[in-house]
Amino acid sequence: MANVLINVPKTARRGEVIEIKAMILHPMETGFRPGTNGRIIPRNIIERFTATWNGTEVFSMAMSPAIAANPFVSFFAVARDSGTIALRWTGDEGFAVEERVAITVG
Amino acid sequence: MTCRNGPTPLQRRTFLAGTALVTILPAAAARATPEAMAAAIRDVVGNATVREGKVTLDVPPLIENGSTVPLTVSVESPMSEADHVKAIHVFNEKNPQPYVFDATLGPASGKAVIGTRIKLGDSQKIVAIAETSKGEFWSGSADVIVTLAACLEEMT
Repeated sequence: MANVLINVPKTARRGEVIEIKAMILHPMETGFRPGTNGRIIPRNIIERFTATWNGTEVFSMAMSPAIAANPFVSFFAVARDSGTIALRWTGDEGFAVEERVAITVG
Repeated sequence: MTCRNGPTPLQRRTFLAGTALVTILPAAAARATPEAMAAAIRDVVGNATVREGKVTLDVPPLIENGSTVPLTVSVESPMSEADHVKAIHVFNEKNPQPYVFDATLGPASGKAVIGTRIKLGDSQKIVAIAETSKGEFWSGSADVIVTLAACLEEMT
């Protein structure tokens, strides 16, 4: 189980633009660094982050090794309907994590 | 009484010239170059013209640790169905690769603002390009000075 920090308001007015912040524990190993044994440490990064609101994609980001370890992303979305926001991270070595948060739009 | 502690201007000048030479030489090692960044940008925009403006990069001008650099990219756009930012691409000049991230957004975003934290291997220029739904490309850039590069060796 990966460690994830998500910051989403619990409620929002309809039409309000809300900020969604998410951070996940991950080394984001670049694949360019030599390890203590002198050999290159193999690349291990998160390649993709996607956010869906009730199943519709609202934001996605393709990451490169230039994203800092423990990737943090903040973005905005228009609150249209109550439901779930699903955040998904996928990457090297079969890394896949999905977290869901509920939001009430009134 | 005159102060004789500091170096004379001439000495300082030769010293600075010497350090400049020393710092330039190792930079030629395997890294992305401004040309590599230009090529990476061409791959994304194709033959379209890229105009400067509308894109703002918010990044500290002086960075102590290149391993974690807060970066916020904001684009002026109404973010309506008819006119919105489709994608934001960020590039760098001197990391091992010219790419930083490609973000996809749309009218459901409401606001074309993205925040993240990046790694920087050297003092360099960061460029962000926004692609709008009308097929226009807008760019913005920021120059940053990095005192300690993103860690090159494994921590023990």
